[in-house]
Amino acid sequence: MPGKEVPSGKSAAKAQTKPRYDKIKLPETDEGTMVFNLDPLIIKQHYAIDYLHSYAEDSPFFAGLAEGKLRGSECIKCHYRYATPRACCMQCGKKTKWIELPLAGRIHSWTTCYFGSEAFLKETPFNLALIEFDGINTLLLTRLIGPTQEEMRVGMKVRAKFRRNSKFDPTDVYFVPDEPVARREGAV
Amino acid sequence: MRPVYMISGGITKFTKANPRQSFRLMVKESFDYAMHDVPKLRHDMIDGSVVSYFSDHFTRQLMAGIMATDFLGLCPKPNKRVEGGGATGGLCFQAAWEAVASGRMNVCAAYGFETMSHVNTWKGNEFIALASDTNFDYPVGGFYSGYYAMMAVRHMYEFGTTVEQMAMVSVKNHKNALHNTWAQKHLDLTVEDVRKAPMVAYPLTLLDICTMSDGAACCLLASEEVAAKVCARPVKIIGVGCGTDAMRMADRPHGNVILLKHEEPSWYKNLKYPGVHSFRAGRMATKLAYEQAGIEQPLEDLDFVELHDAYTSSEIQTYEDMGLCRYGEGGKFIESGAPALKGKIPVNPSGGLIACGHPVGATGLMQAVFAFWQLQGAVAQHNNGDGAIQIKPKKKSRPLRGAIHSHAGTGTYVTVSIMESTQ
Repeated sequence: MPGKEVPSGKSAAKAQTKPRYDKIKLPETDEGTMVFNLDPLIIKQHYAIDYLHSYAEDSPFFAGLAEGKLRGSECIKCHYRYATPRACCMQCGKKTKWIELPLAGRIHSWTTCYFGSEAFLKETPFNLALIEFDGINTLLLTRLIGPTQEEMRVGMKVRAKFRRNSKFDPTDVYFVPDEPVARREGAV
Repeated sequence: MRPVYMISGGITKFTKANPRQSFRLMVKESFDYAMHDVPKLRHDMIDGSVVSYFSDHFTRQLMAGIMATDFLGLCPKPNKRVEGGGATGGLCFQAAWEAVASGRMNVCAAYGFETMSHVNTWKGNEFIALASDTNFDYPVGGFYSGYYAMMAVRHMYEFGTTVEQMAMVSVKNHKNALHNTWAQKHLDLTVEDVRKAPMVAYPLTLLDICTMSDGAACCLLASEEVAAKVCARPVKIIGVGCGTDAMRMADRPHGNVILLKHEEPSWYKNLKYPGVHSFRAGRMATKLAYEQAGIEQPLEDLDFVELHDAYTSSEIQTYEDMGLCRYGEGGKFIESGAPALKGKIPVNPSGGLIACGHPVGATGLMQAVFAFWQLQGAVAQHNNGDGAIQIKPKKKSRPLRGAIHSHAGTGTYVTVSIMESTQ
């Protein structure tokens, strides 16, 4: 008969005892699965990672923030000067050296965010601004603290402030107005 | 390089969430649609494929590309993943072009997908913002709408562009999509509706910004010989261009404009370029594609453009990068009605990303599929008989011609491809 083995000799005797693994069971736990929907079956999966993030060649910038210093880069060949540091020049590809940036500048552009990524939702509304500095070719992205959306404007004089208790992230520096602030007249 | 033709395309209907299909099944649906449209092409004539999806975080499945490929029965033939942020789909399209142009393949399938509904919108915004510098940009308040808002503010400052002009882009693209059954959103809006929508990042409201989507798209590219054999109305790809720029918007130089053939240096004497108001990568991609395709006067030589309008402001910026108007005149260009469906050069007749959705890895391929149907004169055939958005040739002296434009990051990767009817 198909599907039925015919026992013979020694193996015939074994087949009559219970299988060896019959009593083995996977331990049961109380942890369940959060289910959102049955058709199609949608469940919750948690996804979190602690990441060992090295600032590597950018480290001196973050260390500098703790000392109240703003550090940028200058290309050793073409002398292009960067407000946001980078180890290699975007213009010519050569290496850069560290330079110290002025602690005062102007708003090059700005926005007020009312929504955001999950990590920053609780901080809304907040202002983002790109800061320009005299003698420096590129910009720095930062939080601009103080003015409301109606008070922000391109060209506003601003100055850097630093957290006392450093978090060693780029929000250790933030900018505030360095001039009287009033309701803006134009659109930007 | 050999001439390359698009012989078919397919998409799934993009939706906010499609939990009934995995990414593999969505890709399969778009592939089957494309195969159905070109019945003379046998499955075994496909020599290999390229697959695109943007974020491993959204997919939560590494090497997802091969899972789409094995669903299509294309193993053990060559395949690779192409990724470049928002331009992932455009890069994938051009990778397939390269495979055929080089002679490596006679038929190459290009397909892409994204499943963005697996996290809530705020988490999704976080995943997208991880495509900005995680040392200097993301931790400050990483949010792409915020980045684009700063570009829009500078565009307003430099050129006097208004929020109403941006809103007109949203109104135009949503109106076009009323005649596109594939669009994710069908909204009949006014400028006032756009401005009264919740503010996301000044000056951009919820209706200035595209939504997240689930979806897939597929394009089949072939050599001239195969195209002639299997396809009655193949579409020729006559130019491809790609440009790049630094990840950090803050690093953009303030130098001279890269000129297109029809432009004069005197137009831009006082303009510091690209700054944060223009996309140097978009200009470079345009220049290379136009040169290859022989486009000298884009307004005359093109009949329509499908461009990456993730934001209304970036559509205005892109008019300028693509030379549809001068730098600084993008706001006046939309106001003039030139990019409207019946205007001088219809832009996003499909409704663009704003109305059709933006499942990142599929988006650039979706644009190619819409352009393909336009150039075949087959819009109504794929659109429940509605041919309202079908573009007619501007000139009888040359074939119908369109450009597609795919764009990543704050303008980090951009592709432009020019396609032409063979009828």
